[in-house]
Amino acid sequence: MSEAIPAETVLDVKNLQTVFFTNSGLFRAVDDVSFSVRRGETLAIVGESGCGKSVSALSIMRLVPDPPGRIVGGSVTLEGTDLLKLDDAAMRSIRGNRISMIFQEPMTSLNPVMRIGDQIIEAVRLHQKVSSKEAWKQAVDMLRLVRIPEPERRAQEYPHQLSGGMRQRAMIAMALACRPALLIADEPTTALDVTIQAQILALIVDLQQRLGTGLILITHDLGVVAQTAQRVIVMYAGKKIEEATVESLFETPLHPYTRGLMASIPAVPSPDAKEDVRLVEIPGMVPSLTRLPPGCAFAPRCKLAVDRCRQEYPPLDEVKSNHWAACWRAGEIAEAS
Amino acid sequence: MFAYIVRRLFLMLVTLFGISVIIFVLLRVVPGNIVDILFDAAGFVDPADKANLERELGLSQPIVIQYLHWIGGLLHGDLGYSYVSEKPALEEILPRIPITARLAGLALLFSASIGIPLGVISAVHQGSKLDYALRVVSLSGLSLPSFWLGLLILMASVSLFGSMPIFNPNPKTWLEALTIYAVPAMAVGFRSAALTMRITRSSMLEILRQDYIRTARAKGASEASVNYHHALKNAVLPVITVIGIEAAFLIGGLIVTETVFNIPGIARFLVEALRWRDYPIVQNLVMFIAVVVVVVNFIVDMLYAAIDPRIRFGD
Repeated sequence: MSEAIPAETVLDVKNLQTVFFTNSGLFRAVDDVSFSVRRGETLAIVGESGCGKSVSALSIMRLVPDPPGRIVGGSVTLEGTDLLKLDDAAMRSIRGNRISMIFQEPMTSLNPVMRIGDQIIEAVRLHQKVSSKEAWKQAVDMLRLVRIPEPERRAQEYPHQLSGGMRQRAMIAMALACRPALLIADEPTTALDVTIQAQILALIVDLQQRLGTGLILITHDLGVVAQTAQRVIVMYAGKKIEEATVESLFETPLHPYTRGLMASIPAVPSPDAKEDVRLVEIPGMVPSLTRLPPGCAFAPRCKLAVDRCRQEYPPLDEVKSNHWAACWRAGEIAEAS
Repeated sequence: MFAYIVRRLFLMLVTLFGISVIIFVLLRVVPGNIVDILFDAAGFVDPADKANLERELGLSQPIVIQYLHWIGGLLHGDLGYSYVSEKPALEEILPRIPITARLAGLALLFSASIGIPLGVISAVHQGSKLDYALRVVSLSGLSLPSFWLGLLILMASVSLFGSMPIFNPNPKTWLEALTIYAVPAMAVGFRSAALTMRITRSSMLEILRQDYIRTARAKGASEASVNYHHALKNAVLPVITVIGIEAAFLIGGLIVTETVFNIPGIARFLVEALRWRDYPIVQNLVMFIAVVVVVVNFIVDMLYAAIDPRIRFGD
């Protein structure tokens, strides 16, 4: 698909570093992370809570709360412009216009005292010179586009009158109102019912392809990744530890952490299986980002860890073609599988 | 919504009835009446004269009859006669109302227009030197009694300008009128401005952490729009409640402030009337103040519904 046509790069993140200054010390929430997204492509960022996926997204938007957070290094190039070098006003003209973001909590992400229509209008009128009448028409059109029934009436309503799924649709309508080049969806379906999750995901992917938007999908759900993304990056303790196409990643995950994640997906037990099938988990805990071990951050939880893993951080190497992993033993894993 | 308003109005009537009973009973529990006070001042007098006067004023009737007499008159717009001036109570009260209303209105305006923006600024710059400075000012506002602040202002203006603002019932210019009212209004409004600021600050801090504030920023909204349009509209509900309560407290503050600044408003008049046990004046004035407080509360409830759709539609 996207590999067939050399598509234009929309976003290029290089060596991004975001740190937080806290009472228990400085921690690197995003440590030297690079990735890029092409037009119409879906890049999934996967990892456990606190691995830095959301902070990466907020760093791209330059919405990391400062203090305590700060972007201390790297570049975020959107359509040829380094966003980290822009002043606040220029950055505001990009947000909601060229990059938009959908958040995890549709129940609380809409302003409770503003009508749905007015919230979409705001996104439009901040970036386009249109009359309020024209903007309202656009808002209703957007609600229709995200398949909200009776969009004219819904636009007049307040968030509390809509269900969670509807609110997330409204968020998507708002995010796409200005036809951004890049959409960041931060766990967009986590807070929704399973049946609604599939609908919302299908909607995002459908609109993304119709509008040619680049999509960064942040999730901890590998099922979602398999269904929607073309490329995946896996993050652990603020670092990118693996990057591959979806096919390659699911076929031969190279990092022991990724393998652990995949093994943790609960399968429906077959009827002839033994009665008690224990859920697979990754032993141990995510290390505190203020007290990272000197070597690989995953080593304390890794069954394959050797002495070297505990002393030196492994470089991110292209172990197979288009498949990078930061693990001293990735080569062996690749050969074995 | 309609049912809600009807329910609220009914509740208002019940409240006012309760207040009227309390005012009436409390006044008569206080020892002494106008006749005692007059006759005490005159030294020894014939008890028959005293009883005569009491009968004349209706003070010898059973308390229930007196109450019914008052309420009956009130419903017809007959407030009775002042014992002291012997003029109709309405004539005594009415001309004083605009003076106090102007003072109270200005004081509330002052507290809202100073307290809310400063509260927002303090919250937005949480932890900064500006925030600390504003919080010290607001703390001083809460700690300074308004009469003392009034005295300080008067002394300061005497030592700085050699004169002090004196009340003039017929100010010549618009500016003169403003200065006459503004200084006492600020003295009495400083406390509520400080309280408003504190409530605005804490409410804003709460709201600024909400997800929809991040959404507004992600849309590209400016900081001013995020703070005042998105956040303040949500944060203002508790502030309105406090201003509503302050409106009632203001009357108490005005009693001393009107005395300090020598302003012939209803608050000072109430204290004078109380000293003379001038029942018709006191009863009706307190009743009037009660009506104002109840109406302000009603307006606050309506404002709530106007601002927050969850209240409006959540009948």
